[in-house]
Amino acid sequence: MSIFDIPTLDLARAQFAFVVSAHIVFPAFSIGTASFLMVLEALRMITGKEVFLRIFEFWKHIFAVVFGMGVVSGVVMSYEFGLNFAHFSDKAGPVIGPLMGYEVMTAFFLEAGFLGIMLFGRNRVNKWIYMFAVAMVAFGTLLSAFWILSVNSWMQTPAGFAMNDVGQFIPKDWWEIIFNPSLPYRFVHMVLAAYLTTALVVAGVGAWHHIKGTADDAVRVMFRMAVAMILVTAPIQILAGDQHGLNTLEHQPAKIAAMEGHWETSKGAGLILFGIPNDKTESTDYKIEIPYASSLILTHSLDGEVPGLGDFPKDERPPMTIVFFTFRIMVGLGFAFAAIGLWGGWLMWRKRLHEPGLYHKVALVFAPGGFLAIIMGWFTTEFGRQPYTVYGHFTTAESVSNLSHTAAWAGLIGFVLVYAFLFGSGIFYLGRLMKRGPEGAEPVENTPQRAAGVAGAMLAKDVTTDKEEAHA
Amino acid sequence: MSGFAHHLPDIWAAIIAFAIMTYVVLDGFDLGIGILFPFLGSDENRTRAMNSVAPVWDGNETWLVMGGGGLLAVFPLAYGVILNALYVPIIIMLLALAFRGVAFEFRGKTRRWKPLWDKAFFGGSLVATLAQGAVLGGLLRGPEVTGRAFTGGPLDWVSFFSLGTALALVAGYVMLGAAWLVIKTSHDLYDLARRIGQGALVATLGFIGLASLATPFLHPEYFQRWFAWPGIILSGVVPLLLLAAGYGYWKGIRTDRGVVAYLSGIAIFVLCFAGLGLSIFPYIVPMSITIREAATPPISQGFILVGAVIFLPIILGYTAYAYYVFRGKTSEHEHHY
Repeated sequence: MSIFDIPTLDLARAQFAFVVSAHIVFPAFSIGTASFLMVLEALRMITGKEVFLRIFEFWKHIFAVVFGMGVVSGVVMSYEFGLNFAHFSDKAGPVIGPLMGYEVMTAFFLEAGFLGIMLFGRNRVNKWIYMFAVAMVAFGTLLSAFWILSVNSWMQTPAGFAMNDVGQFIPKDWWEIIFNPSLPYRFVHMVLAAYLTTALVVAGVGAWHHIKGTADDAVRVMFRMAVAMILVTAPIQILAGDQHGLNTLEHQPAKIAAMEGHWETSKGAGLILFGIPNDKTESTDYKIEIPYASSLILTHSLDGEVPGLGDFPKDERPPMTIVFFTFRIMVGLGFAFAAIGLWGGWLMWRKRLHEPGLYHKVALVFAPGGFLAIIMGWFTTEFGRQPYTVYGHFTTAESVSNLSHTAAWAGLIGFVLVYAFLFGSGIFYLGRLMKRGPEGAEPVENTPQRAAGVAGAMLAKDVTTDKEEAHA
Repeated sequence: MSGFAHHLPDIWAAIIAFAIMTYVVLDGFDLGIGILFPFLGSDENRTRAMNSVAPVWDGNETWLVMGGGGLLAVFPLAYGVILNALYVPIIIMLLALAFRGVAFEFRGKTRRWKPLWDKAFFGGSLVATLAQGAVLGGLLRGPEVTGRAFTGGPLDWVSFFSLGTALALVAGYVMLGAAWLVIKTSHDLYDLARRIGQGALVATLGFIGLASLATPFLHPEYFQRWFAWPGIILSGVVPLLLLAAGYGYWKGIRTDRGVVAYLSGIAIFVLCFAGLGLSIFPYIVPMSITIREAATPPISQGFILVGAVIFLPIILGYTAYAYYVFRGKTSEHEHHY
């Protein structure tokens, strides 16, 4: 089969998967950074310390670039449902549409409305209004996460609906729809993921400046804040993930079977640490397992029964291999993050966090780790709910638009090329901002004239930019 | 209550129309500035022009999400059919918007590649506008629908009529962008914007005239509406109102009242939009799916109407406040990233 024989359905899925995967990276970072900025601004107001302003201005510039990429890839998302899954939009629209409408009205406008003031308005409004604007941006990112995760969770664990005579999902009880069985777990898991991911990036940037010997007091403060954040959130995230897994076992047992690599339903099942699922023989080869551990984790008893994928009809099974591996990568990273947090906490306690050493290199390597973990986690849950869009009720194949094969190919290629170029450039500029460090971001209030002050800081940066480009 | 529930689809059609209209007149001016980018004379002028919209463009574009998301929320059948039918121009629009959106951030980050991001801002704005115009043209021609699904081909929207609506929208956005620059800038950029605004006004009115003449012949139903009683009255009145709004723009831009010019520009768009509404009502997908057929049940539309009634006034309030915070002429150095 050549690649041109790929069914249109799979092209539509690939396009959706690509644009949503590219998108999620940005809001995940925005959620964490917006809250981080809110904390920094509050700390500055409470303590009056100038160092918090310098950290704020540094991350504000980075936030602006990330948020911009989040906006342009997010506008795409609001149309992707109809472009590729017109039938899904028609059928599920009465339930999920209003939730997304609430996301736009309560979150997107709030973020966009106060973003301008946050980025450019410090000298145009008083400090309380400025603090309010920063808080509204942070609150908006969290509300947005809540609504879109409610939509996704409803698709995974649908509740509170009936069907009408044209096959549409019709709301019966909005409370049951919004707070459907998997929402609380998914929301907590994702917000923690966003915070942890941001903390890893902040720690990584701090580590870089420690390695390069450019760690001023601002870098040291933000590095300590980030390490403390990892220390706290990583273990909580592991617990939250465990709880989420139990919820999945209850509502989507086939997904759990694929994640665990089990083909046969069994009692006292072992936890497969590694193996290679084999669809043909319906077994997981070369497996390394811990006896009874899968039953223990999932049922909290040594001889609890855990599901096997082989007990589900073939046309109701998710693809095990991809779910199995993406899940392991996510979990492995999660434990690595917890280790980084503990190690950093130990160094902080021994007052050796800022001394040169292996820790800075490890923190730098894991700086983008949170993004990888998020994408792997979403792959697990999204491939794991196949073949359905609305779990148990409406399949992905029924959902797809009436697309020409050529148009579907053109759309996919267009998105891949444009995103690679635009977001590749954006990540390059982000790297440059991060390398420049907080010393490049001059405190706004120390300068006499508001416009000239910003311009002065900008000019100083332009000089650096040119130097860097000359080196490049 | 049942009476109220009966009117929900009309109320929602009005709200969606309002969102799309707001998008067009707000993002219209910042897309117009993007289209004007290569013609602004100097790099300083380009920086000034971009800085004048930097704090607000993101909010402007959110109305596009409101239009799309709102359609999914209350008319999901129309959302699915329209996006499926106009798959190609909508993806082109989204990609073009991505180019011009990131240019705001990237332009100030590099000297070597600044010209590239200037081109991205211009090209993205122009192509997005053309695509939006083509979407309008394609929609007016009426996508082929069987049952609840689009059954036409991916290039059905291509026509001379769509080309006309695409060019008309370019002229209209440039007209709004020029008025915005008259409000927000001074010196040579201000003078340039005044000259451009006058030309754009003439071009906009010309294209509107052509499109208005062509539309009734797209479909017998349109013809019936505009040339049979009582539509014939409107056919006489709307052009007069358009000319009056055009005079307001002309006068405003020549007498240093940019706000008058901009508001007159909005009036031109509102009149055209009302004309479109009269042409296609009660259809939401022209001549195949009506507002009522596409509407979700009252439990759906009522639930989100509560939110709209509460939040839309708040949104308009803080949006107005954000514009107020950044009022007055923008200097070259302000709002740098």
